[in-house]
Parts: sequence; structure tokens; C-alpha cells
Amino acid sequence: MNDAADIAIEFRKVAYELNGGRELLHDVNLQVQRGETLVLLGRSGSGKTTTLKLVNRLLSPTSGEVLVNARSTAQWDVIRLRRMVGYVIQDVGLLPHYTVERNIGLVPSIEGWPAQKIRDRVLELLALVGLESEIAARYPRELSGGQRQRVGVARALAADPPFLLMDEPFGALDPITRAELQKEFVALQARLKKTVVFVTHDLPEALSLGSRIVLLEEGRVIAIHTPTEFLASKQPLASAYVAAFGAGNHWNHL
Amino acid sequence: MSLWHFLNQNRFELFQLTVEHVWLVGVSMFFAVLVGIPLGILVSRWPALNRPVIGGANIIQTIPSLALFGFLLPAPWFGERADRMAILALSLYALLPLIRNTYAGITGVDRSIVEAARGMGLTDRQLLFQVQLPLALGVIIAGVRVATVISVGLATIAAAIGAGGLGEYIFRGLAMVSNQVILAGAIPAALLALLADFTLGQLEKRLTPR
Repeated sequence: MNDAADIAIEFRKVAYELNGGRELLHDVNLQVQRGETLVLLGRSGSGKTTTLKLVNRLLSPTSGEVLVNARSTAQWDVIRLRRMVGYVIQDVGLLPHYTVERNIGLVPSIEGWPAQKIRDRVLELLALVGLESEIAARYPRELSGGQRQRVGVARALAADPPFLLMDEPFGALDPITRAELQKEFVALQARLKKTVVFVTHDLPEALSLGSRIVLLEEGRVIAIHTPTEFLASKQPLASAYVAAFGAGNHWNHL
Repeated sequence: MSLWHFLNQNRFELFQLTVEHVWLVGVSMFFAVLVGIPLGILVSRWPALNRPVIGGANIIQTIPSLALFGFLLPAPWFGERADRMAILALSLYALLPLIRNTYAGITGVDRSIVEAARGMGLTDRQLLFQVQLPLALGVIIAGVRVATVISVGLATIAAAIGAGGLGEYIFRGLAMVSNQVILAGAIPAALLALLADFTLGQLEKRLTPR
């Protein structure tokens, strides 16, 4: 099999600096395999979100390049690029003046799908993310945090994009809802096989969701490990993470 | 002669002046909205325009109203029709609250919502019409409301340049040193302002997304 074809997203010597000259990312090199869930793990300010936004060109690298399907994001038509990259963020960002149905159906309707097809797709997605179809008529303010986040995931999946970017999507949820959504995400991903880049600062989340974990610190890639490797890692920051989350006791089964 | 008696006796004229007044305010607000809201949108898109545009509108606002009406007197074309002049002056005054509220409304939309919408691949135009404007509508209408209420008051000065409206009574009353005649213009004008405030307030409430 051709190796290059399996790489869905690639960062080549990417740096990103703010206008003032402060560098948020230095020399980031990464490859995301098609169908994997790559987790970006790091503290606040480590550059996780910046890395994520470089993929759908909400930000553009100041040097180096980001390739999506082997084409630099600078060469993609930005709207087409974003339509094939679903985006889920912690604050969800549902449109408060639209019902759940219109929120989920937004991209399909912009893409000109016929109304009935959109309606069917919305119902299909609601079921997929474990929500009742009655919710379609509600407004975001009438939903719980967990429901809102599920709608956010459904919306990102609406036009069936091959890529999914998730920026601490479960960060604002209570622990029980959070665990529930993580579990469902794993099941969903096993079915859908999207190429996912997932940002979190939570090690247990990274271990249970990621096929590989990229550890970021101060805008640099410190280590790239599978969950098993991560737990055994000698890299000081990685082992500090493991120690901080209870000496890894709960995760020995990995 | 009591105020009530005066109003009753002149009810036909009062009605005519009120219609003139509403017409002056209505037409000037129409033009102000037509110019002010697009300017507000423009400013929100290109922050570099912020200072010149909002600064310009601010300067207009600082010109004493009587002087502004006077300035326009020698303007060609306008000079022949006092009502056109009054409408121009009122429109200029209404610009600032419209531009500022449109700008504030659009830039005030929750950043995560804008970010999510961008991330989903909305074009700038789709973002503006499907997200930013609908969510800013309440704030924009609040600007229209403020501008209209100010405009109803200001339009009384239009009578000074012969453009009619309820200001006729006020200036006539001043000349006659008659409180009753002044009040015959001032009270209906105040009532009009309150009515405009209430109506647009209701609209604002209905259009503000919760």
C-alpha cells in the first residue's frame, strides 16, 4: 500500500507567530493517518488549539505548511476545505436563533440539499448521537449541556466530512455526562472511521480516545506516543502527566 | 384660553402639523437606516474605517442642531425646499446611533458562535446574513429606536427653516410669548416620541434572540 495515501493531514516544519512576534508554535512536524484519532495533549497555552485551527485554516502558518489530502491548506479553496472538515468546539457555538434542526442542517442547506433530504439526514444524525427526534424543534437554550454538545457533534457530521476537528468538546461537561459522551465517541468513531484530531488537556480522555497522543509544550511537539507507549514513556513531561493522573494505576490495563 | 380649548379649536391644523412631523421623521429615518446600517456593517468588516466613519458621525452629532439646519440653507437644490433640508439634517443626526449600534451588535456576537460558523465553512456573506445580522438585530433596532426618539425631538427645530411640523407651534408660541401655544406643539411632540419609543421597544424585544 502506498504510504503517502494513508497520510490525511501533515504538518511540515510549521511555525505560527502572532503579529507581535510571539511564537505560539515552533517547528511542528506531524502526520495524521487516515481514520485515526490523533489527540493533541498539553497544558493551556501549549499550542493545541492553534495547531487545530491550522488544519481548517482558521489560522495560517507563518512558516512551513499544513497539508490536507496532500495539498497545502494555502492552496485549498478555504470554503471547500472547511466543508470537508467538521469542527466541534467546547462552547459548541450553536446558533441561538436557529432550532436544532436548522443548526444541524445548516451546511447541507448551504450546499443546496433538497429539504426532505436534509430533514432525513437531521433525524439520522440525532439518532446517531443518541438524541430523541423531538429535540429537532427545540432551540439551543432549551437543551442541557450534554445535549448541546451532542448536537454540536451531529452538526459537524452533517455533510459527512471525512475529517473532524474537536477542541475540548467535552471539557465543559459534568464528569458523568463527559464519560458517557467519551464512550459514545469511541463507538461512533469505530463505525465512522473519520480522521479525527482531538484536543484535550485531560490524560484519561487522551488515553481512552486516542490512537496516538501528541504531547505539546510551549508550542513544541515533545513526544508522539500510542496510549500504551505513553504510560511507559521515559520522557519527563509524559511521565509527569502520568504521575499527576494517579500514577497510571487505572490505566495499567492499556 | 386653555390649552385644551386651543388644541380643539385648531385640531385640523394640529393634525396636519403632526402628519408633517411624522413624515419628516419617517423619511429621514428611512434614509438614515439606508446609509447608517450598511456603514455600520462596513466598519465592522474593516476596522480601519472605524475611526474615520464613527469620528465623522460624531462630529456631525456635535454640531448644534439649530446651526446644522442653518448651514444647509444655502445648499443648492435643497435651499428651495425646506423639508428636504430638514430631512437631510435629521438623517445626518440619526447616523451616529445607527452606525454605532450596528457595529456594536455585529462585533458583540459571541466569538465562539462566529468561530464555529467560520469553521463550518460559511462564506463571509453567509456569516453576515445568517449569523451576525440576525444576532445583532436587537442591538441594531435599539439604535433605530434611540435615533428615532432623538429625531422626533429634533424635528421641532425644522420649523425654524420653514419645514413645518409641530415645531411651528413652538416657534409661534415663542414669538407670541404664549405658553399654551408652545405646549400645543411640545406635548404632541413628546407624545410622539414616547409612542415611537414604545413601539420600537416592543419590536426590539421581539427581535432580540434569547
